[in-house]
Amino acid sequence: MQVLKYLLQKEFLQIFRNKSMLPIIFVMPILQLCILSFAATYDMKNTNLYVVDKDLSSHSRELISKFNGSPFFTVKEIGFSEEEAEDELFKDNIDAILVFNNDFGKSVDLRTQASVQVLVNAINASSAGLYNAYINSVILDYNSGIKPNFVGVAQGVPYNIVQTTYSHQFNPEMKYIPYMLPGLLVLLVTVVALFLSAMNVVREKEIGTIEQINVTPIRKSQFLMAKLIPFLIIGFFELGLGLLIAAFGFQIPILGSIWLIYLVAFVYLIAILGFGLLISTQTDTQQQAMFIAWFFMVIFLLMSGLFTPIESMPEWGQKLNTLNPIAYFIKIIRMILLKGSGFFDILREIVILSVFALVSITFAVRMHRKVS
Amino acid sequence: MDASIHIDNLSKSYGTIQALKNINLDIHSGELFGLIGPDGAGKTTLFRLLATLLLPSEGVAKLCGIDSVAEYKKIRSFLGYMPGKFSLYQDLSVIENLEFFATVFNTRIEDNMDMIHDIWVQIEPFKNRLAGKLSGGMKQKLALCCALIHQPKILLLDEPTTGVDSVSRSEFWQMLKGLKKKGITIVVATPYMDEANLCERVALIQDGEILQVNSPAEIVEQFEKDLYSVKSDDNYQTLLDLREFEHTNSVFLFGQNLHFTDTRKQFAEDELKQYLKNKGRSNIVIEKIQASIEDCFMALSTKPEANE
Repeated sequence: MQVLKYLLQKEFLQIFRNKSMLPIIFVMPILQLCILSFAATYDMKNTNLYVVDKDLSSHSRELISKFNGSPFFTVKEIGFSEEEAEDELFKDNIDAILVFNNDFGKSVDLRTQASVQVLVNAINASSAGLYNAYINSVILDYNSGIKPNFVGVAQGVPYNIVQTTYSHQFNPEMKYIPYMLPGLLVLLVTVVALFLSAMNVVREKEIGTIEQINVTPIRKSQFLMAKLIPFLIIGFFELGLGLLIAAFGFQIPILGSIWLIYLVAFVYLIAILGFGLLISTQTDTQQQAMFIAWFFMVIFLLMSGLFTPIESMPEWGQKLNTLNPIAYFIKIIRMILLKGSGFFDILREIVILSVFALVSITFAVRMHRKVS
Repeated sequence: MDASIHIDNLSKSYGTIQALKNINLDIHSGELFGLIGPDGAGKTTLFRLLATLLLPSEGVAKLCGIDSVAEYKKIRSFLGYMPGKFSLYQDLSVIENLEFFATVFNTRIEDNMDMIHDIWVQIEPFKNRLAGKLSGGMKQKLALCCALIHQPKILLLDEPTTGVDSVSRSEFWQMLKGLKKKGITIVVATPYMDEANLCERVALIQDGEILQVNSPAEIVEQFEKDLYSVKSDDNYQTLLDLREFEHTNSVFLFGQNLHFTDTRKQFAEDELKQYLKNKGRSNIVIEKIQASIEDCFMALSTKPEANE
């Protein structure tokens, strides 16, 4: 125990003496949390539209004014030439083109099929999908507006449309930040834990200090424990800081138990730190460790459901995700924070994370050799 | 107290490269032993095997009669090892490093002050300085302190004086002599031949093989040939000329001079002078000199080719 205490003391001394690491550990995550929470939004604010109105009827103008009135669209220009519109699209000045052919108004009056052509810049597929959805919803809104005008109730024909009403459970206003921020919290805890642990033992290898340590009677378990515990504490600290920012800075409701989050974080961090340690023991330079950690980080993160829903991934992707610790933790932390889930609601995920933790730490300890 | 090292038929291969070939060596208890050889001779590999950091491919090494593979844990408690590369924490201060290594060996600095006192007083004025900010000589002293803090019976020093100025080097050897008096077995690896004379016995090692083990004096005595120092206006051209000389046994460049041995028992100084003059050299000086360890090493290491 005495030895472990001194080993820990040494690790902390080194961490706090490293002038360039301190900001990385403590300032970077906060900036990350704030910048990403504000900037990486799915809310569409400003879509630039180019309208080609060959019809110039009252109907086309009515629809255009609906777009103009929407906060999501800016009608940049109204013209007559599709070529000119496409030119603008090429130049990236606009995001979508709306084309009214000259029989649009007539078709509406005759109650036959009236069509509007929509051309969307799909370089960024996910924003293209959003443009599309927003444009459709405006047109749909217009549709439901004109129908009663023609299919008048006065004519005695019953007019029924199925009306859908939504109630978004757990995030009633479909706000973006409460959904995104818990995931970002997981991201920053993971980055700090994985990278710090992956770089640590290999750093001692690179500098050569491991030679001196290896000839001492320090036990392997003591040495590795002293490597893990500081980062566990730092991880906890970051999580707490992040939760404080979430609760007081972003007013995110914390419905579930903080203690439960910490319990999960403990299991999760053991898994991540074990994995980082495994990388560290198997590499020879910090550069190698860095790139390997980065490789797994990117895969885990992009597949985690933080940016894209897991449900929309191909089946093999979803299967792969059963091995992705980040996906579990993001799911759990969203459940606890937004839904107020209790221990038994997340039992399955905790058990899986525990298995990860056990496997990764066992592997790391096994693979670390004092003798080559 | 037995603090001997017994090495029996020890080999180590890295893939297809054989770094050590069937080393047999006995180092006595309390001896100051030198392992002399050029870079890449296998000194560090041998040290790492003895320090229980490497597993041998073949053979046995016993320290204090304890097997280095089966009972490596026991060895680590009485072995002091100072790697060739400075291996202390550069971001910790001098005193923090020493305290750290004391505690990992489950001991305290105060209890071992008698062991390190002579060295410690030299670095004590800098005890709050970060280890990374010390000069080369100071770093070596600190590393030595850390290697001694648990009162080891055997001390392995891998090239302790490489990259250290000559004053610090001689100081360092003085410290080793002081330690020897305390009964520690000290093994020093060095590429500097002149340091060999400071050891009681040395092993000359090259290409993973031990060429000879003996006291420095005896190694020099065994040098059979008369050795001559040759100097002229153009040493390099002289070297090339001497290589073509029909009676040349060996010729090497040694600093400002050439060291030359003749194949014949009776060496004709005038004949050689004449030969070089004919080749166009001037200011030729030829002197008979005492062989040094380095001459012996060169002679031993090139023996197979010398008979071509």
